[in-house]
Amino acid sequence: MATIATAPRPPGPLAAGRANYLNVETTVRSWLGTTDHKRISILFLLGTTASLAIGGSFALAMRLELLTPEPLFMDSLTYNRLFTLHGVVMVWLFMIPAIPTVFGNFLLPLMIGARDVAFPRLNLASFYVYLAGAAVVFGGMLASGADTGWTFYPPYSTTTPTAVVPVLLGVFILGISSTMTGINFIVTTHTMRTVGMHWSRLPLFVWTVYATSIIIVLATPVLGITVLLVAADHALGLGMFDPAHGGDPILFQHLFWFYSHPAVYIMILPAMGVITESVATFARKNLFSYGAMVVATLGIAFIGFLTWGHHMFTAGMSTFDVAAFGALSMFVAIFSAIKVFNWVATLYGGAIAVSVPLLYVFGFLFLFSVGGMTGVAQASTSLDVHWHDTYFVVAHFHFIMVGGTMMAFLAALHYWFPKMFGRRYPERWAVAATMLVIGGFILTFSPQFWLGNAGMPRRYHTYPAEYQALHVISTAGSWAIAGGLVMTLVYLVVSLWRGRPAGANPWGSASFEWLTPSPPPRENYATPPRIDRGPYDYMPPPGAEDGAGHG
Amino acid sequence: MASAGQATRLEPHFQDLAKQTHAARLGMWVFIGSEALLFSALFALYAAYRVAYPGAFEDAAGHTNLALGTIMTAVLLTSSFLVAMSLGRIRRRLARDAVLFLAGAAVLGATFLVLKGMEYAEHFRDGIYPGVWYRASALPGQGANIFFTLYYAMTGLHALHVLGGVLLLAWLAWLVRRGRIDDAYHTPLELGGMYWHFVDVVWVFLWPLFYLLR
Amino acid sequence: MDASRITERTYWRTWIALMALAAATFGLSFLDLGMLHVPVALLIAGAKATLIALFFMHLVQERGSIPIAVGIWFLLLAILIALTAADVLTRDVMLRPPASGP
Repeated sequence: MATIATAPRPPGPLAAGRANYLNVETTVRSWLGTTDHKRISILFLLGTTASLAIGGSFALAMRLELLTPEPLFMDSLTYNRLFTLHGVVMVWLFMIPAIPTVFGNFLLPLMIGARDVAFPRLNLASFYVYLAGAAVVFGGMLASGADTGWTFYPPYSTTTPTAVVPVLLGVFILGISSTMTGINFIVTTHTMRTVGMHWSRLPLFVWTVYATSIIIVLATPVLGITVLLVAADHALGLGMFDPAHGGDPILFQHLFWFYSHPAVYIMILPAMGVITESVATFARKNLFSYGAMVVATLGIAFIGFLTWGHHMFTAGMSTFDVAAFGALSMFVAIFSAIKVFNWVATLYGGAIAVSVPLLYVFGFLFLFSVGGMTGVAQASTSLDVHWHDTYFVVAHFHFIMVGGTMMAFLAALHYWFPKMFGRRYPERWAVAATMLVIGGFILTFSPQFWLGNAGMPRRYHTYPAEYQALHVISTAGSWAIAGGLVMTLVYLVVSLWRGRPAGANPWGSASFEWLTPSPPPRENYATPPRIDRGPYDYMPPPGAEDGAGHG
Repeated sequence: MASAGQATRLEPHFQDLAKQTHAARLGMWVFIGSEALLFSALFALYAAYRVAYPGAFEDAAGHTNLALGTIMTAVLLTSSFLVAMSLGRIRRRLARDAVLFLAGAAVLGATFLVLKGMEYAEHFRDGIYPGVWYRASALPGQGANIFFTLYYAMTGLHALHVLGGVLLLAWLAWLVRRGRIDDAYHTPLELGGMYWHFVDVVWVFLWPLFYLLR
Repeated sequence: MDASRITERTYWRTWIALMALAAATFGLSFLDLGMLHVPVALLIAGAKATLIALFFMHLVQERGSIPIAVGIWFLLLAILIALTAADVLTRDVMLRPPASGP
């Protein structure tokens, strides 16, 4: 019976001089030319965190401007450029890459008992392509920045005088980086599982990253060609969506959202994987239903491809398509609900150890549920007709993306910090920061549901005076979020050097990445582990002799 | 693409060579899937615009060069055959034949590009340009305009892929010539061949949509 | 992955089949098939693509994950085309741009 009680004894606190992936070589060259998935994950951590800071600064600037109904310190063009670049940076430089390239890269091989991903050089290349895409986007931003919104709708995007073409090309390049990661993870999951690592024993985080990679590979090329068509129209007059030459701007929206709706599942599925890992560990209990979670993961990935038209209810699409997409959009909520019920049922009756990752999980469960339910409400076309292009939509997607994905990112950062760096972070500072982030989030985005329902349009930098009170509350909340995030950055960085040494398995988790020392050695496993149980086998199933059953 | 090397080159993170080769092939299929979706978006645009302008699309298809298009189809199908045969010859240790077949396929690919260029020149003479530059007096109307915008976008993107493929085939021929690909290790040839066959498959669909449905 | 089931004879036969199908499509394009024109042309193109994938790309020898991947791609393509074209097909005529259509 292989339960956690008979798992190999974790080694003691980080012994001075023990070789691990961080200290095996310390030259700059060894970092910039590394093919170690763990070092590549750190490189992506730097890149995505910097992007979060930049995108967040744009948001803070916008919220500052919105303190007063009249323009405060910027004109409408500047405001338009800010929300465009906020969207572009947040979506393509943070939300889509962050959890997969940081935690997926670090943990996928560890969780399946492999030495690295299938294509380590491709992995390193994906980082440099990410940097190249970021450079092109920022170049465009510094030139005159795009003012079209991150959605680049023609005909405005094909006629705007701003530097939209470099931003579009930067997005195209970032899509290539994303696709490289997706290919790598799919092949890794299929071909590099160790002995005994059946598909039914994979940690849920692996399943979610795998499903995410499938979405990436299938959806991103459609975005790629679409942004190229718009760039070609703007720069060369290709006119694919130009009504004066037979084109139809709504077809752009079809292609754009064919990617961008699955894109939100790229953002949320890895986050859900993080939540599952944390829930099982901190409840010290088998998952309520492993099979249901796998089915829900694949269901979200598949149905997510069928719902893109719900972004276009008021665009001029045919009523047949409106009805079809409305109905299909309701279905995807079923799978998300299965997951939420599963997490709650896993926590129920568990031996709960409250810790910062679990606090972020609680935040996620509440905020994601609210965000999800407002999504289902908007899938109802008769309601969406009033909410479309108002703050209601803005609140909905920020609840999911920030209240969902960013909370999960922070949970992951704290949960796997000991594994990645061999150190603990200071718990009390972390709890304080968590309260600031979660509380600040609620303060920032809850008023926006009321604002939107009352008719406040999105992407406007001036508004009627009666909306001001809610805007002021929202802006105050944004400062709390910023404060919490800055605090987090500071104590995590300090902990890299001053944190208490962590053992191999400080949380007492049954999942497989904790079988290695913290930090892991360069080759992860000296000999490939043999797996004979599931990743959440905290309690043996009734009557079973071996540990291979799962809840 | 795995680097050319000794016949039994096993990377340290793989358990055995069979897994490594399978991983390379799976990776290539997934990559081809993503490339297929790149073109799929354009096929979706074609479908939507054809529904909007059925008559204009039929008329416009009548103005493409059927003879040239058909020759180009035969050229690409044959080049695919040659690439497949080169793999067969490598497996039988007939490296010189393999080099010839690869070179032949590359030449056919280059022929395709030349014919495409000739076609484009012919269109330009008739005033058929993409998008805002369109000024064909024989085919006025927005339906024809958007047909040819699609035509240039799709055949242009395809031609870029053919160009890349020709360079790839030339490089593979060089690898075989130098003995870096042989009967024991020919993964780059398999993967490169798969890419070339995919480029052929795209043309197999472009041909009827732009030349035959008139 | 042993390739003994696919021989050079397979390649020859596939090539001949492909050229024959191409000739068939070419010939059919001169007949007036009315509404069947598009489906027939696409079916023959699909047959050619299938032959290339199965025999030139060795899909017939691959195990589980790869044929499933090809199937999923095809399903997705069908969804993208169907729902996008359905939009244009079912819009009210008055919303179409002028000087369009049959």
